[in-house]
Amino acid sequence: MADLRSNFIGIKSPNPFWLASAPPTDKEYNVRRAYEAGWGGVVWKTLGEAGPPVVNVSGPRYGAIWGADRRLLGLNNIELITDRPLEVNLREIKQVKRDYPDRALVVSLMVPCEEEPWKRILKAVEETEADGVELNFGCPHGMAERGMGSAVGQVPEYIEMVTRWVKQNSRMPCIVKLTPNITNILYPAEAAKRGGADAVSLINTINSITSVNLDTFTPEPTIDGWGAHGGYCGPAVKPIALNMVAEIARSANTAGLPISGIGGVTTWRDAAEFMALGAGNVQVCTAAMTYGFKVVQEMISGLSEFMDNHGLTSVDEIVGRAVPKVKDWKDLNLNYVTKAVIDEDLCIKCGRCYAACEDTSHQAIEMGEDRTFRVKDDECVACNLCVNVCPVENCITMKELPLGEVDPRTGRKVEPYANWTTHPNNTAANCG
Amino acid sequence: MPNDQSTPGIVAGRLSADQIAKNFGDLHPPLDAHEARVAADRCYFCHDAPCMTACPTTIDIPLFIRQIATGTAEAAAKTIFAQNILGGMCARVCPTETLCEEACVRNEAECEPVQIGRLQRFATDTFMAKGGHPFTRAAATGKRVAVVGAGPAGLACAHRLAMKGHGVTIFDGRKKGGGLNEFGIAAYKAPGNFAQAELDWLLAIGGITVEYGKRLGDDLSLDDLQKGHDAVFLGIGLAGVNALAVSGSHDGLASAVDWISALRQSKGKADVAVGRDVVVIGGGMTAIDAAVQAKLLGAETVTIAYRRDKAAMAASEFEQDLATSKGVRILYNAAPKSVGKEGITLARTATQGGKLVETGETLTLPADQILRAIGQTLEGAPGVLAIEGGKIAVDATGRTSVAGVWAGGDCATGGEDLTVTAVAEGRDAAEDIHTSLTGGA
Ligand SMILES: Cc1cc2nc3c(=O)[nH]c(=O)nc-3n(C[C@H](O)[C@H](O)[C@H](O)COP(=O)(O)OP(=O)(O)OC[C@H]3O[C@@H](n4cnc5c(N)ncnc54)[C@H](O)[C@@H]3O)c2cc1C
Ligand SMILES: Cc1cc2nc3c(=O)[nH]c(=O)nc-3n(C[C@H](O)[C@H](O)[C@H](O)COP(=O)(O)O)c2cc1C
Ligand code: SF4
Ligand code: SF4
Ligand code: SF4
Repeated sequence: MADLRSNFIGIKSPNPFWLASAPPTDKEYNVRRAYEAGWGGVVWKTLGEAGPPVVNVSGPRYGAIWGADRRLLGLNNIELITDRPLEVNLREIKQVKRDYPDRALVVSLMVPCEEEPWKRILKAVEETEADGVELNFGCPHGMAERGMGSAVGQVPEYIEMVTRWVKQNSRMPCIVKLTPNITNILYPAEAAKRGGADAVSLINTINSITSVNLDTFTPEPTIDGWGAHGGYCGPAVKPIALNMVAEIARSANTAGLPISGIGGVTTWRDAAEFMALGAGNVQVCTAAMTYGFKVVQEMISGLSEFMDNHGLTSVDEIVGRAVPKVKDWKDLNLNYVTKAVIDEDLCIKCGRCYAACEDTSHQAIEMGEDRTFRVKDDECVACNLCVNVCPVENCITMKELPLGEVDPRTGRKVEPYANWTTHPNNTAANCG
Repeated sequence: MPNDQSTPGIVAGRLSADQIAKNFGDLHPPLDAHEARVAADRCYFCHDAPCMTACPTTIDIPLFIRQIATGTAEAAAKTIFAQNILGGMCARVCPTETLCEEACVRNEAECEPVQIGRLQRFATDTFMAKGGHPFTRAAATGKRVAVVGAGPAGLACAHRLAMKGHGVTIFDGRKKGGGLNEFGIAAYKAPGNFAQAELDWLLAIGGITVEYGKRLGDDLSLDDLQKGHDAVFLGIGLAGVNALAVSGSHDGLASAVDWISALRQSKGKADVAVGRDVVVIGGGMTAIDAAVQAKLLGAETVTIAYRRDKAAMAASEFEQDLATSKGVRILYNAAPKSVGKEGITLARTATQGGKLVETGETLTLPADQILRAIGQTLEGAPGVLAIEGGKIAVDATGRTSVAGVWAGGDCATGGEDLTVTAVAEGRDAAEDIHTSLTGGA
């Protein structure tokens, strides 16, 4: 069993798996059981101002998309921040933190964009002795209509301003949670950094409509005949989140800013991938909502086995390992040539590769009389589409042409590394 | 002239050695990595999973299947071994159709459970192929425990005690360990000398010495064991077999357990003699195994004669189907009456008012070999122990009527006579022995 202990911006937890701010962390009852199940930390469900709490719809809050076997792939919600009184939440936070001093407990906050409300709530949270705060600049529905959540997260100046208030009015570590509903994730991340954030966390949910009921012509979930867009999360959003995390990790302006990775983390592998792309830890919501708190046990055992097999002794050794390998397109080696190869022994002769290549790609697969499928090396551009549509694992693979070998498609020898910046077709490069 | 299927008498070599080797291959071939992922994908990760409750060793099935699904079969194996150190054998021999897989919620919707047993095998095989032992021994406690019987119950008990730092000596009357894993289980369920490989692997925990050829009753007494040890566990199984109450005599009449035991010890199986017309008497797992293996060796006709009806048969529906698919005929409501030159004569029976009665009709089957598989009995249990229904009486934690003596597995009351139950009872007794040796209740 590897040592999974994590230290994220000074907040210690027995493992890097935290529950994200959401229904799983909305109350003491849940959080205690989450800790018992093995979660290293939680970000408490977002707290709002004192006074009458927000009101949620009492119809369906969730919509989903599934695989053929009802595997939940994406979840959409129109839930708001906590609808329980502030004092109750604060009292519970204090009690839970006292009983679980070794677990991380961060409190998520969202109050109007004025300094006074932020001062008030920070003082109240400080009294709970929680480990830090997370600023919810991400909630994309409901709260955004009231000028909070992603309405703040979409304006870098507001992010910077509020983050600065928080740092000036509190000694607690401050994580800024970013919305993916923007054009370029670097703008809000840079703003958070300028404001003095200790870390960013991302992603919050993505604006979405999961489906439309074609009998009633209403979007799902439907509340009394109408629907509103919600926030999308779960396994389907992981690739989007991974990219945003990597962008922040590799950009000169934000490199080194600690990141808490969120978005579709379901298994140990997802977590390891987020960490390799620069996340110091991960947060999980949908996987817990789909499978229950126990799902963390697989994450723990899996990450531990992975680390043992790779001789890693600390989770920090994973963090950022893949970042240097994420580049711009212009940096990629244009002289790198591969060819698809079909293993005829594994092939079940379904013809999917043929249809894909013939109809939509480069007409580089031929189909013999007896349904034998073969790649035409003089046509194959190595796009990888056939590999991705083939139902048989490892049936089609990519073979790299060694330096000096002639590519039958172009008739040219494989040359050493050269990218677009020096390519003869690049007029910008040539006009010097 | 070499023998063939119609050679009269009890002879070896009815089929070619190649054919026999093929017949005794794996009953359920192992899943490959892709098949395992597809099979694992079907598990719903149920809350408080019914399959887990149905497993006598309470393996965390949803967790280990999820670990397979996420490409960490070794972690899956550790989840299994934590509850059941003989998880490799159990994956091969458990009648899953009456245990975990029967309880799987997938049956409700699709009549097709998650393949728990085969997934368990995938995980444990992957781990064992890589080598190494999943656990490390706690610091030595200086306490010594005697375990009698190196079957599943004794081995599970010894392993758990050794893991907790106690010194264990296993005594077994035979020259080889494993109990019925080695001498009883059908050959096609655990091919490739798996029982011995698993035994060696299990002993790698350390702290266990095994003394073979030491029989309680002959070479050892309970008294001496108690004097030399801080606790004693008995896992002696059911060493005796029931006799067949029939008139007449027949040269080919033998105990199915003994015949299977000899078969299990034969390497290629081609040297094992079998009748041309074989009749097996009984209705349990042993009857099925004897009949199927007789057929696989090339017997021309094999009939299982069971005195009650199909529903009453102890062998599961799956096992009955397995037997018939191999060409075994199962004759229900047929009780043995006499044996002789002509073969075996059976009385037809019926159940009337809850009672089994003979209808007056009889049936004579040719038989050059008759295997009785009508149950095993406790043998060699020390006289001081209280006996209940032919077994050593124990409480829920395996304590016998004598302080300091525990028992589990087939020789003790409670649970079905299955490998997995023996493992559970051996393990639980070890936990209780540990508690009592370390000053607990
Ligand atoms: C033919 C057959 C097929 C079976 N098939 C299956 C199956 O497919 N699946 C399944 O789950 N179960 C099966 N079973 C049942 C299963 O094998 C037993 O339930 C299980 O082995 C019981 O374990 P145990 O440790 O209690 O006893 P055993 O496995 O019987 O081990 C007892 C050990 O104690 C030793 N011993 C006995 N007496 C003494 C003594 N006086 N002194 C010292 N040592 C002694 C023996 O040599 C033996 O090694 C089968 C049983 C038989 C007979
Ligand atoms: C029902 C629901 C409610 C949520 N509420 C909050 C919230 O109050 N505050 C917040 O910062 N994020 C909230 N989120 C977003 C999650 O914390 C998380 O960022 C998002 O779901 C992506 O992670 P996942 O793919 O693991 O679910 C909510 C998500 C869901 C599904
Ligand atoms: S898609 Fe794969 S399996 Fe199907 S024909 Fe092509 S190579 Fe064969
Ligand atoms: S030990 Fe046997 S009953 Fe338990 S889960 Fe494994 S195969 Fe099923
Ligand atoms: S009952 Fe079936 S689906 Fe549910 S956890 Fe067990 S194996 Fe998986």
